[in-house]
Amino acid sequence: MLPRLRYLVGRLLQVVPVAFLIILANFFLLRLAPGDLADVMAGEAGAATPEFMAALRQQFGSDQPVFTQLLNYYGKILSFDLGYSFRNSADVTSLIVSRLPATALLVGASLVLAVMLGVALGWLAAVTPRRWVAGLVSTVTSIGFATPLFWIGLMLIVLFSIELRWLPTGGFYDRDADYEGWELVVDVAKHMVMPVASLAIFYVTIYARLTTTAILDVQKMDYVRTAQAKGLGPRYVSIVHVLRNALLPVVTVSGMQIGALISGSVVIETVFAWPGMGRLAFDAVMQRDLNLLLGILFCTSLLVIVANLVTDFVYALLDPRIELQ
Amino acid sequence: MTMNRRTFSGVSLAALLARTGSLRAADETPRRGGTLVVNLEPEPSSFLFNSNTAGILAAQVVEGLVEYDESFKPVPALAESWEQSPDGKTITFHLRRGVSWHDGKPFTAADVQYTVLEVIKKVNPRAGTAYRAVEAVDTPDSHTAIFRLSEPSPAIWAVLSSAEAPILPRHLYEGTPPLANPWNSKLVGTGPFVFKEWVRGDYVLVERNPTYWRKDRPYLDRIRFRTIPDPGARAAALETGEVHYAPFSAVPPSDVDRLRKLSNLVVETRGYGTFVPAFFFEFNLDRPQFRDKHVRAAFAHAIDRQALADRVWFGLAKPATGPIPSAHAELYTADVTQYPFDLKKAEALLDEAGLPRDAEGVRLRVNHYTMPYGDLFKRAGEFLRESLKQVGIDLQLVNLDLAPFLRQIYGERNFDTYSTYYNSSADPQIGVLRRYWSKAILKGVAWSNGPGYSNPEADRLIETSFTENDPAKRRALLVELQKIAQDDLPSINLLELQHFSIVSSRVRGLSTVRDGHSKALRDVWLVR
Repeated sequence: MLPRLRYLVGRLLQVVPVAFLIILANFFLLRLAPGDLADVMAGEAGAATPEFMAALRQQFGSDQPVFTQLLNYYGKILSFDLGYSFRNSADVTSLIVSRLPATALLVGASLVLAVMLGVALGWLAAVTPRRWVAGLVSTVTSIGFATPLFWIGLMLIVLFSIELRWLPTGGFYDRDADYEGWELVVDVAKHMVMPVASLAIFYVTIYARLTTTAILDVQKMDYVRTAQAKGLGPRYVSIVHVLRNALLPVVTVSGMQIGALISGSVVIETVFAWPGMGRLAFDAVMQRDLNLLLGILFCTSLLVIVANLVTDFVYALLDPRIELQ
Repeated sequence: MTMNRRTFSGVSLAALLARTGSLRAADETPRRGGTLVVNLEPEPSSFLFNSNTAGILAAQVVEGLVEYDESFKPVPALAESWEQSPDGKTITFHLRRGVSWHDGKPFTAADVQYTVLEVIKKVNPRAGTAYRAVEAVDTPDSHTAIFRLSEPSPAIWAVLSSAEAPILPRHLYEGTPPLANPWNSKLVGTGPFVFKEWVRGDYVLVERNPTYWRKDRPYLDRIRFRTIPDPGARAAALETGEVHYAPFSAVPPSDVDRLRKLSNLVVETRGYGTFVPAFFFEFNLDRPQFRDKHVRAAFAHAIDRQALADRVWFGLAKPATGPIPSAHAELYTADVTQYPFDLKKAEALLDEAGLPRDAEGVRLRVNHYTMPYGDLFKRAGEFLRESLKQVGIDLQLVNLDLAPFLRQIYGERNFDTYSTYYNSSADPQIGVLRRYWSKAILKGVAWSNGPGYSNPEADRLIETSFTENDPAKRRALLVELQKIAQDDLPSINLLELQHFSIVSSRVRGLSTVRDGHSKALRDVWLVR
């Protein structure tokens, strides 16, 4: 156990300089975009005066030298303060915390659905003796991948909300119904069906393709032939020996996509009015809300680092040959 | 949409009645209670001085000294009566007694004094210009506020309502920079609704003010302002009845005809007379090729503005005759130089200006920045490009988002041409005149005098109109200005865009007067 613990502590220590550099890079990269928040706020107001713009810049602190601004930001981060979003008149931390659950739920559910469906379809395509099944899986998933997300979303709305009236058009849950407990869970689930399905359709292809390819590779391995030679049944070999090892690339890719948990899916959140992080980040870019954007990028990068760590541990679980050190 | 049994049973008798009765029905008794769901897009940053939608939010919670009636005459709100001295330099407001802020503190003249001097005059980016002459607000007693002006400012009478001059509670604002005050996003007012909750990216909730001074208002228990960023999803939410009211052209004009045909929705174009987006085409007058008026006139003659209104805006726009939109009837004139669609004349003017077609048939290559407010304005840019191509002008479109657009046009002033709209506002002094005023050539200030137009006579007319207290004389000055604007043609006035609301047939009591869109929804109620 000790080497694993030492490995974990070592990896976590690496986070500090990485986070420092990420902030530095983001801080200057974001300033390359022309226009600032004062421009945007004056633009939204529909008219402006020099005094109004000066008052805004003074309030934002963007009239200070850039280096001073950077030092201030580092100072705040050290005290776990992500700053203030002037466009949203709210703390960056509270904005992120309030938006995170919706996105985590949306992307998390879509990823789980996509992985399960993708692995199942991929496995089916790889092991089936019937060629047309593999062809069908490949065709269907490719169409899902190639169809624009917003279009799938809108078509689902037309069918299930407008024509059939089974599902609400958007939102997180019905705010005016005062649901509690189990009713609330059901209502959130109803609101989740279409966004989760649209997003999952997109991810399924990736996992199905990965699984098929990996299974076909693993099937040629010596230990598979050994397992077959010692008389194990084809289904047992296929699931325990082949699929387990074929899951490694799937784990790698889903680990990378955990980053999407926090950055979300802008398109789906926009179409379904889902109050998540993707739209928060997108709006922050359009509005040049630097504090908010820096905060989101900082949190996303931390999450990606943690996700990589978790992925490494899952590797070690799936494949005993991999050691953490 | 097909009518299956389920949707048919949802169409109540009331909805059928509503098709004939539209938005008001005097023979119906208002029903109390219920939650009105309003789509608000874009989500404003706070209640104060942000986007057009911020004004709708603010109107529910705070009030102005006056409101406006059908003929845009002030009627009492926080002020019960008022009088103006003959020289127009003293305006006395007698304030309503027994009004309290939502936190229970009494409303007094000190609130008016503070708001006008420290907030409206200093940081209202639009109407501040009308309050510039207000030097002091005297408060001889707790319910009298006397505006002392250094010179008359007639435009002030158009911006005394909550839309531009919401009266704020002094006890929560004094001593803070108003734009940075945290109360801006959880406003405390005297209005019919009390702010309850703002979940960013999702909704703003306001609730009935049980102690509102208008005894039997409002009818609604709550209003929920929902953010639905996608126009297609907005249309769907209106169709299914999840949203009852969507102001400010919430769906693309191409969708309006389809929604108009639905039995449960009404399309309302009234109520936007103080928010006419005047859409225009601007030249950078620092560029040598645009110094010649013949060239600018050729552009104007090459654009079929009726076709632009019909094809891009599906009829929800009409050709502008000059800089001041026709909704401002008391100042508008159509008797100005027009540049009718005439390709031959455009070509002749360009020949005269010494711009012959080259080997590729092109006379002039110029860039054109389209307004960064969505696809509609890109389509308009494409229409302009195709129009001008016919007379040998190669218009190269550049589509940017808001921040770089403002930097490029008003910051760097690095452009040949661009198109945009300015909201005409409650008075042209706020929404129109800056386009023709040389003192509004302000580097780095959004939506200022973009072309860099400067004409001493125009300046004189504009500045005199600021302080001309006689309505007839003020009109004469601005009629003259409209003539000069159309003669000099620093910019082509293309269209008056028509904002519209999509309203559920269950909604009653929505105001349709000139500034209806920015009014409190205190008379609104929902049919079952």
